[in-house]
Amino acid sequence: MGGDRVALARAMTLVENGSPGAADLLDRVYPRTGHAYRIGITGPPGAGKSTLVSRLVGELWKGGSKVGVVAVDPSSPFTRGALLGDRVRFQDLPDNSDVFVRSMASRGSSGGLAFKTGEVCDLLDAAGMDTVIVETVGVGQSELDVAAAVHTTIVVLVPESGDEVQAMKAGLMEIGDLFVVNKSDRLGAERMARGIEDMLRLSPARHDWIPTVVLLSALRGDRFPELLEAIESHRSHLEESGDLAELKTETARSRIRDLIDACIRQQFWATDGVNEQLDKALELIAAGGSSPYSAADEIIKKFTGGRG
Amino acid sequence: MDNPIRVLVGKVGLDGHDRGVKVVASALRDAGMEVIYSGLHQTPENVVRAAIEEDVDVVAISILSGAHMTLFPRILELLNGKGRDDVLLCGGGIIPEKDREELMKLGVGNLFGPGTPTTEIVAYLEKEIAARRGK
Ligand SMILES: Nc1nc2c(ncn2[C@@H]2O[C@H](COP(=O)(O)OP(=O)(O)O)[C@@H](O)[C@H]2O)c(=O)[nH]1
Ligand SMILES: [Mg+2]
Repeated sequence: MGGDRVALARAMTLVENGSPGAADLLDRVYPRTGHAYRIGITGPPGAGKSTLVSRLVGELWKGGSKVGVVAVDPSSPFTRGALLGDRVRFQDLPDNSDVFVRSMASRGSSGGLAFKTGEVCDLLDAAGMDTVIVETVGVGQSELDVAAAVHTTIVVLVPESGDEVQAMKAGLMEIGDLFVVNKSDRLGAERMARGIEDMLRLSPARHDWIPTVVLLSALRGDRFPELLEAIESHRSHLEESGDLAELKTETARSRIRDLIDACIRQQFWATDGVNEQLDKALELIAAGGSSPYSAADEIIKKFTGGRG
Repeated sequence: MDNPIRVLVGKVGLDGHDRGVKVVASALRDAGMEVIYSGLHQTPENVVRAAIEEDVDVVAISILSGAHMTLFPRILELLNGKGRDDVLLCGGGIIPEKDREELMKLGVGNLFGPGTPTTEIVAYLEKEIAARRGK
């Protein structure tokens, strides 16, 4: 990549902002995607995700891989601002063009901008990365979207984050292909790992895959060979079962739907008279003569040729 | 809607207090900016690498160790070397007036003394970036 780092970073901004030219750029880049293996890392705040990612990048890089990282933190829905602090843990990464780290604010939840993580991963993929790692905080919708767009989802848990029942409530048990119980140096980590293993044994296997549990300390950096092996065997499983190819198709399908949805929505609200009709309907509702339901129905019928 | 201003906030040099930079970082976030906090003890190389990868509009650096006359020019030089002379480099610290003038001549933006109200920093960045984006 070399001097292309600046260009790659610029391309990410263009895509993230949905600036003019973003769709053309992604269109040109798409044929060059499909090489990178994509790993999602999620879990509660403070679980050690960034510490783990940093180690994982180091290990993969030592093994000869080029690695891209996208670290997502939430935006404030009120101010749209965000404090992206994951880089603090990425100090010891090799300073060369084989490793590229980008912080992203989730934005999506506010301001109506779509969440562009998948597209940013595409750019890293097309830039020649062998592995792309996405870190998200496991508290909302974003990690579900990310889980749908990566190959292997790793859920990181710690004894402090409560027991496996808490993880289940947060919906984390369903999305993990692998579970890391981090901070093995802390009390209760081993018991938690066993609890998760028990729970996974009792749950129905998804896609004939029973998730592995790896107990480790990201801080000390032990047991990473085991983690790499677990990732590798999930990858083989996906390749052999054909799920890898299916995932690519499904990702393309949801991209197309999203793009069409966005386009239709925009066209609809730009139609002459729609907003005037909306204002009229609101007056009628205020006067007690209509409801949002019949108003929506009428507006749709009037402006989309009768379907409602 | 305007795209959010992206700012890299970090601390270069050996002193280990990060309260000041954290206060600034949260104020910028509360003003709607996307703040990439890179932590303490950054080298100019680290800072510039992060600035490039994060494609920031602003690099805001705190230097209290007195090495500002070497560190700020070094960051500028590295940014320019990558073709990113459009990035606004500004910062904070205890910097004598004479040094401040010299650094500004080199192309460094505002340097805020300790205790500057964060509203002043926010206003400066908003104005400066609006002007740059307007071009
Ligand atoms: N004791 C212990 N602390 C850890 C371990 N891994 C990470 N931490 C600490 O946990 C805190 C949060 O780590 P971070 O990676 O930022 O968590 P994230 O919010 O999930 O990304 C930091 O202070 C880390 O140093 C570990 O294996 N053992
Ligand atoms: Mg993190």
